[in-house]
Amino acid sequence: MSVLDFDYMLGLVPILLSYLPLTLGMAMAGMVLALALACGLAVIRVLRIPGLNGITLLFISFFRGTPLLVQLFLFYYGLPQVLSFLTQINGITATIMGLTLHFSAYMAESIRAAIVGVDRSQTEAALSIGMTNAQLMRRIVLPQATRVAVPTLMNYFIDMIKATSLAFTLGVTELMGATQKEAAGSFLYFEAFITVAVIYWGIVELLAWCQRRLEWRLNEAYRR
Amino acid sequence: MIKVANLVKRFGDATVLDGIDLEIDRGEIIVVIGPSGTGKSTLLRCLNFLERPDAGRLTLGDLDVDVTRASRADILAARRRTAFVFQNYALFANKTALENIAEGLIVVNRWPKARAHARAREILERIGLADKADAYPASLSGGQQQRVGIGRAMAAQAEVILFDEPTSSLDPEWVEEVLALMKQLAAERQTMLVVTHEMGFARDVADRVIFMEGGRIVEQGPPSRLFNAPEDPRTRDFLRKVLAAAPSS
Repeated sequence: MSVLDFDYMLGLVPILLSYLPLTLGMAMAGMVLALALACGLAVIRVLRIPGLNGITLLFISFFRGTPLLVQLFLFYYGLPQVLSFLTQINGITATIMGLTLHFSAYMAESIRAAIVGVDRSQTEAALSIGMTNAQLMRRIVLPQATRVAVPTLMNYFIDMIKATSLAFTLGVTELMGATQKEAAGSFLYFEAFITVAVIYWGIVELLAWCQRRLEWRLNEAYRR
Repeated sequence: MIKVANLVKRFGDATVLDGIDLEIDRGEIIVVIGPSGTGKSTLLRCLNFLERPDAGRLTLGDLDVDVTRASRADILAARRRTAFVFQNYALFANKTALENIAEGLIVVNRWPKARAHARAREILERIGLADKADAYPASLSGGQQQRVGIGRAMAAQAEVILFDEPTSSLDPEWVEEVLALMKQLAAERQTMLVVTHEMGFARDVADRVIFMEGGRIVEQGPPSRLFNAPEDPRTRDFLRKVLAAAPSS
């Protein structure tokens, strides 16, 4: 077994990091869109809006019940064959779409649970002093639900960053795709993939640190 | 003045309130007693529309509604005229003691924040928790939380404060401070409708005691009369049981 080629690995780092903006960009776009969609789905589930509730359940069931890779292939290779206006869809768009739909299904359930988890008696207290439903949601329920949901949502974001690597299978040259190309040129597969692994790991650890800071702040009201 | 006429509430097949008639004068302190499950709490909750009554007429100051036809605006108006103190305090966990008291003034009465906070500080002073203004509910004792709960109700300046078993969730060591605050309010002639098992409080503080059973008012009168010479056998039976259990005061 040969010794690791550290010089190659160090040289690889700046090259790979230049693809980081695309990786993080897809993850952030996916996160923002998924969060918005998930909030909508969660509200439909909490209020049990007739009709929409059933559709939401089906949506969540499908996007949680099938692998993300299958969904990405479906959007990128499959849908353009049946929906002609999608023929122009590029790998990046298809990835963001897939991440959004896939993760919103998971996030909707955690947001719903967080909303339902806010002590019912506080809802009654807010109503008893004459608040409207909207005021009650905005001032009492959502701030508390956020605190409960944030740790799980941050975990989904971390998951989503790693899931962007699947975009490589749609021909997108992001962090993973770039690594694959570099490795194919140098034949130093182990060095290349261990380098990209450390980069992903570093990003996730950085986020985990941010998450702990955020949770500390959100827990302010609950420390004795 | 508050007037309740023929109030009815059903849960499925069970009739929990079976035609309640009640008048409360301004400044009157009324204590409602009776066995569990006889509709005492439901009566309070109907006055505040936390439960929607099935029939009856409700007069709260200048508001007069047939409960079956109450609009959203009527319900909000009724809630502004009745403040509620909950058995389990139900403080807003994401807000400090000061903010809990000021919240309704800011959101419902649309007071500027500074004015609402100034009023909340006055109330904290009156409930003896001026030093806890910035404490969150999680860091307060049960007794302190319930005093903040009462403070929140005081801030509403409602026609009446409805107390739903305000000391029943408290550890015994905190009961006295909450009752003391309620006595202080009574001395200030704050109109109060109190559901409680604290017979000592009923005897000492109430202007009128109401005994409820089976969703009806069985008997009512001044505490001296009701406790010493109950007329209805059901009242006698209930009082014998509870006073035997708690012979003090």
